Amino acid sequence: MSAVEKMTPAETRLARLTLPEGFAPARRAALERLTAMGLPGRRDEYWRWSNPTDFIAPEPPAAAPFQDDEPDLFAEIDRLNIVFRDGVFDAQASDDLSMSGVEILRLAEAGDVNWASSLYGTLEADGQTPVKRPFAALNTATATDGVLIRVTGAAEKPVSLVYLHEDESSDPVLHHLVKLEEGAEITILENGPAGARFNMLMEVDVAKDARFHHIRVQGRDHERRAVTGIFTRVAEGALFKSFTLTSNGILTRNECVIDIVGDDANAHVAGAALGDGKTGAFHHDDTVFITHDAERCESRQVFKKVLKNGAQGVFQGKILVKSGAQKTDGYQISQSLLLDEDSQFLAKPELEIYADDVQCSHGSTTGAIDETALFYLRSRGVPYEEATALLVLSFLADAIEEIEEERFRDAILTRLEGWLSRHRG
Amino acid sequence: MLEIKNLHVKLEEEDKQILKGVDLTVEKGKVHAIMGPNGSGKSTLSYVLSGRDGYEVTDGAASLEGLDLLEAEPEERAAAGLFLAFQYPVEIPGVGNMTFLRTALNAQRKARGEEEISAGDFLKLVREKAKSLKIDADMLKRPVNVGFSGGEKKRNEILQMAILEPKMCILDETDSGLDVDAMRLVADGVNALRDEGRSFLVITHYQRLLDHIKPDVVHIMADGRIIETGGPELALEVEKNGYADLLAKHGISEVMA
Ligand SMILES: Nc1ncnc2c1ncn2[C@@H]1O[C@H](COP(=O)(O)OP(=O)(O)O)[C@@H](O)[C@H]1O
Ligand SMILES: [Mg+2]
Repeated sequence: MSAVEKMTPAETRLARLTLPEGFAPARRAALERLTAMGLPGRRDEYWRWSNPTDFIAPEPPAAAPFQDDEPDLFAEIDRLNIVFRDGVFDAQASDDLSMSGVEILRLAEAGDVNWASSLYGTLEADGQTPVKRPFAALNTATATDGVLIRVTGAAEKPVSLVYLHEDESSDPVLHHLVKLEEGAEITILENGPAGARFNMLMEVDVAKDARFHHIRVQGRDHERRAVTGIFTRVAEGALFKSFTLTSNGILTRNECVIDIVGDDANAHVAGAALGDGKTGAFHHDDTVFITHDAERCESRQVFKKVLKNGAQGVFQGKILVKSGAQKTDGYQISQSLLLDEDSQFLAKPELEIYADDVQCSHGSTTGAIDETALFYLRSRGVPYEEATALLVLSFLADAIEEIEEERFRDAILTRLEGWLSRHRG
Repeated sequence: MLEIKNLHVKLEEEDKQILKGVDLTVEKGKVHAIMGPNGSGKSTLSYVLSGRDGYEVTDGAASLEGLDLLEAEPEERAAAGLFLAFQYPVEIPGVGNMTFLRTALNAQRKARGEEEISAGDFLKLVREKAKSLKIDADMLKRPVNVGFSGGEKKRNEILQMAILEPKMCILDETDSGLDVDAMRLVADGVNALRDEGRSFLVITHYQRLLDHIKPDVVHIMADGRIIETGGPELALEVEKNGYADLLAKHGISEVMA
């Protein structure tokens, strides 16, 4: 046997990595980080419940593009569209990238823009301790495209990243930077499956008193796989808010690493996930790490999962309160609604607190449909399937409430109602 | 309208007989009241009629205008015109009261082969009914029964009844926990719905509700049976003397009742 054949999939993957141009020092450093930590195995504590094999494989498992019959859920919203087709920027389909208060560049064409060079890979690198995040390092090293967004004022409209998936073996790696200068505000929308296997990383630097909003919809493809990371640093008086709706996906791991470094800042991250595929076709993992390193800050984690047909939901959420972070208010809730007995929810909430004057709470629940509420609805004439659908919406409501702006909440609700109406039987 | 014959019901999970042969006929357009001590099986009767899980009918029958209630799904019973105002209305977080009402109304219309109500007509209907029950816009917007006071929950039940326009209304202790003003509102709401085509079965622990909703017939229930039936004077008698004499007459100890 030749030497090549003896390599493990992880070794093969690492050996094949190539670093695109631009941000060369950051990419080389990321590759070194990755080589040092290695790709994860099942024995890694943070990969016990989600199998990383398909993320590691040199080639992505094929995923048939899903024929989405629904209108774009943000269609009603005036926004600046940036389209990626299997991870490749599509200028034709995208809007002009100019907007007042915002500078937008394409990663693949930006060269080493000063502000971007000093940000690219830095928040990801900071987020590698105490927990290793190999796919994020891999992303920094190898990302082929993405957008670099610098916000200097109040963005005129949301920037909407549209991810199309057409090639059944596409393997896009996108890296976005969002830098909000003092007092700036922007909403970033993400929508679509992006590819057969998608690795997305977003580094978000939120300066003093700036406000960042993020609403993401991960598409209805059953076969897609995605490993995503959002790494953010939140400064004094700033706000970071991120919400993700995931419908389907055979394997999704969404990581969010938040460093609150300025006093009086807020960080909220929420997710609603639900799957309707064949047996075992839905595995969804939310992994969150929030570090409080400043005073009087508030963080919230609200995650809801609706599981059926042998679906698996994973939540790993941590709040770390450093010794100086007095008056921290940390809240975390993760809940699952099991629609049958084959599904499974695994949750690991963690609190690590080194300050004495803090208020932190966490809870995790798993349960079935509330029979009393179901009967109440049916006694009013609502048929079983529809009543169940309403109770699913009811269950997800707390997560959706985390979206600040009503128009986005409504868009998400419309998408969910469409999803549920297909299950009315 | 509603015909119950020799109804025997036990708990599904336990070997406990709760209804031990209930016979009751409510004629079209009539108001019947059921009174009885706590634990006599009044709520169980209302749940079994509307199709709640957890009970097993061991004997007897119940029908609504010829529809075999015991064979129908809860939603089918509702579409056929049965309505239960719950003793403990259920909170449904995250589902707006308006959404709930419209979903219910349209589901019933659909089941009966009727057209869905337009958004405009629905809004008009709800506003009109809500106004007479002193239910404000805020209560309509809030999630179903979440954060409602006891009185608000009961008024919300009557609002649902007014909008769904059932033929057979069962009210399970709709008066409990209400102050005099709130009870007045509820009673007015019920009286506004009285109609020669609509029947009521009013379950109550106290006679005072019956001062406002005048019944045609009063039944006393104890130990899973109707032990006495009479006119409104029967309710007054119970109010004055309590249940003790009646129970003794039928050989039922207070503990069992
Ligand atoms: N789900 C249940 N589990 C256990 N006991 C029940 C259940 N439902 C009813 N019972 C019992 O059945 C009897 C009748 O209850 P209920 O119908 O609520 O009476 P009422 O409404 O007249 O007060 C009581 O002894 C009550 O404890
Ligand atoms: Mg009762």
